[in-house]
Amino acid sequence: MICHSSFVFSDDFTRYRFRDDHPFNQQRVILTKDLLEKEQALTSDDITPPRLATDQELRLVHNPKYIDAVKRGGEGLLTESEGLEYGIGTEDTPMFTGMHEASSLLVGSTLAAIDSVLQGKVKHSLNLGGGLHHGFERKASGFCIYNDGAVGIKYIREHTDYKVLYVDTDAHHGDGVQWAFYDDPNVCTFSIHETGRYLFPGTGNVNERGLKEGYGYSFNLPIDAFTEDESFIHLYEYAFRQIVEYFKPDIIITQNGADAHFLDPLTHLCSTMKLYERIPMIAHQLAHEYCEGRWVALGGGGYDIWRVVPRAWAQVWKIMSTGTPFEGPLSSSWRNYWQPKSPVRLPTNWNDPEGSYQDIPRKQEITEKNLKVLEKSMQFIYNQKKYNSSS
Amino acid sequence: MLVEEIMNKDVITLSPNDGIETALKLLNEHHIRHIPIVDQQNCVVGIVSDRDVRDASPSIFDAPEQPGQLKNPIESIMTTPVTTVHPLDFVEEVAGIFYEQEIACVPVTRNDELVGIITEKDMLYTLIQLTGTNVQSSQIEVKVINRPGILPQVTQVFGKRKLNISSVLIYPYKPDSDYKIIVIRIQTMNPLPTIEDLKAEGYEVLWPHLPGMSP
Repeated sequence: MICHSSFVFSDDFTRYRFRDDHPFNQQRVILTKDLLEKEQALTSDDITPPRLATDQELRLVHNPKYIDAVKRGGEGLLTESEGLEYGIGTEDTPMFTGMHEASSLLVGSTLAAIDSVLQGKVKHSLNLGGGLHHGFERKASGFCIYNDGAVGIKYIREHTDYKVLYVDTDAHHGDGVQWAFYDDPNVCTFSIHETGRYLFPGTGNVNERGLKEGYGYSFNLPIDAFTEDESFIHLYEYAFRQIVEYFKPDIIITQNGADAHFLDPLTHLCSTMKLYERIPMIAHQLAHEYCEGRWVALGGGGYDIWRVVPRAWAQVWKIMSTGTPFEGPLSSSWRNYWQPKSPVRLPTNWNDPEGSYQDIPRKQEITEKNLKVLEKSMQFIYNQKKYNSSS
Repeated sequence: MLVEEIMNKDVITLSPNDGIETALKLLNEHHIRHIPIVDQQNCVVGIVSDRDVRDASPSIFDAPEQPGQLKNPIESIMTTPVTTVHPLDFVEEVAGIFYEQEIACVPVTRNDELVGIITEKDMLYTLIQLTGTNVQSSQIEVKVINRPGILPQVTQVFGKRKLNISSVLIYPYKPDSDYKIIVIRIQTMNPLPTIEDLKAEGYEVLWPHLPGMSP
C-alpha cells in the first residue's frame, strides 16, 4: 500500500553528540537517509524540516528547573554537583556545548512529525532523530536528555482527544514514557524489551500495569537474553494486536530502537533483520485497521551504527511509504561510499545470512519462558474479556 | 538496617476481651494477616493470625446457624507468649526469626510497649531494596578470589569511571569455595567500558557470558 508519509530530517541532528567515543551517535540517521536516497526510496519532497521545541512545549513533561539546568549545562555554567542532581554530567549523559538546543531540536522534530499527521497532511511520519525514551521529568538518563516521545504524546493530548498507544521495541525498557503516563487511562504504553535482570534500566516487569485511573494501560514484555527472531516476533505481533483491540487507540506512536540485533554491543538479544521488517509491517497494518492510518514512528537506541541501524531504520521508512520491505542486495553505491569510513565490513544484503551467529544453546527454554511472560502480560486483557462477556 | 526503619507504626490491635468476630472483621477490612493483642498498658499479651481466626470460625460445610464460636473472646485463641523485637534490632535478625520459628510477623516493643509491627512482606520489600533492583541500573557479576581486600580492589575499577554503584551483593561461588561472586548494580546504560576495565585487571566477568556472543 502506497501511503503518503513524511520523513523529518535535519543535518543538525548530529549536534546531539556527547563525546567522540560515546555509543549514542546520530551519524546513524545520516547513514540511513543516505541509504534510502541511494536506493531511490526517499526524495526531497518526502522530507519535512524539524523545528525547535519551545520551552512551553518541553514543560509539558519536564520541570522548569531541569530545563534551566540543561540550558546552563550547555553554556558551561552548571557545576558538576548541580548537574549530577539532574543526571547531567554522568558517564552516560555528559554535558556538551549547546545541549539544550540540540535536545530541543530532537523534541521539535517529533512534534513536526506529529503535526504533519494530526493536520492530515500525511498518514504516517518518521523521525529517526527521536525516541529518547529514558528522559524523566527532572532527570537525564540512559543517553536521553529530553523525552521527545513523552512530550509528543502530551502534545497530542493537548490538541486532540485522541487515545494514544505508545509501542516501544527498543531492547531497553521504555521507562521514561511509561512513568510519564502511568496514571493516565488515555495513553497506553507497551514495551517489549530484554529483561531488566541485568540490562539497564532494570524495570519493565510484567506486573508494572499502571496506577489509579491508569491501571491496565501499561503493558510490558520482558523477554530473556539471547531471544531470537521467531520468539520476539511472535510475542510482539500477538501482544500488539491484543492491546490494539483492547485499547482501541486513535493514533499509534512507535519507538523503533534497533538494538535487539545480535550485533548490537549493548544488549544480549539475538534478532536479525527479519525482526526489523516485521516490526514496522505490523505497526503499519494496525494503524490502518484501527487509527485511520495515523502512525508516528520514532528512532531510539541502536549502537551498531554501520551494519545494523541504517538497514533497520531504512525498512521503517520503506514499509511506511510503500508497505513492502527492501530485499536482496544493498545499494552498492552506498556501500562503496561509506566503506572507507567504516571500522567494520558493511553488509551486502538487506537480510542477514543464515548462521550469522552461533547457535543459542538454550533456545527452547528461552522460547518457552517468553511464552509464559506473554501469558502473564496479557492476563489483564483476558480477564477483561471474560468479565465483559459475562456481564 | 534497623527494625525501626522498616516497621509499620500504625498497628491495628485488639484487647484480650474483644470477640473473635471483631478480629475477623478487622482482618478482612484492612487486608492484614496478624493482630497483636495488647492490655491496657499497651503491652503485647498475645497475637492472632488469620489462620487462628479461621480455625475458630464455623466451617463453610456446617449449617449456617452456628454463630456461637465467633462470640468467644480473642484470648481463647491467641498465641502466647509472643516473640517480639526491639526497634534497634537488625532487620537481618528478624529474617532469622521468621525462618527459624516459622512465623511471618513480629510486634516491635520498646519498654515492653507496642510501637510497631514487621511482617514478611516488609522483609521482602527491604530485600528488594537491598538488591538495588528498584532503581535504574545495569548488573555485572564478577568472580573473584575469596581473600581479604578484594572488594575495594574491584570497586575502584568502577570509581575510576565515576560510576555510581547502587548496590553490592557478595555470595559464595558454589563450584569452588576459593572464589566468590560479587554482584554490582551500576547506574549506567553502557557497562561495556567497565567490563573491559575489569577484564584488563584480570577479573572474570560472569555476566554477560555466552561463547561467541557480544560483548
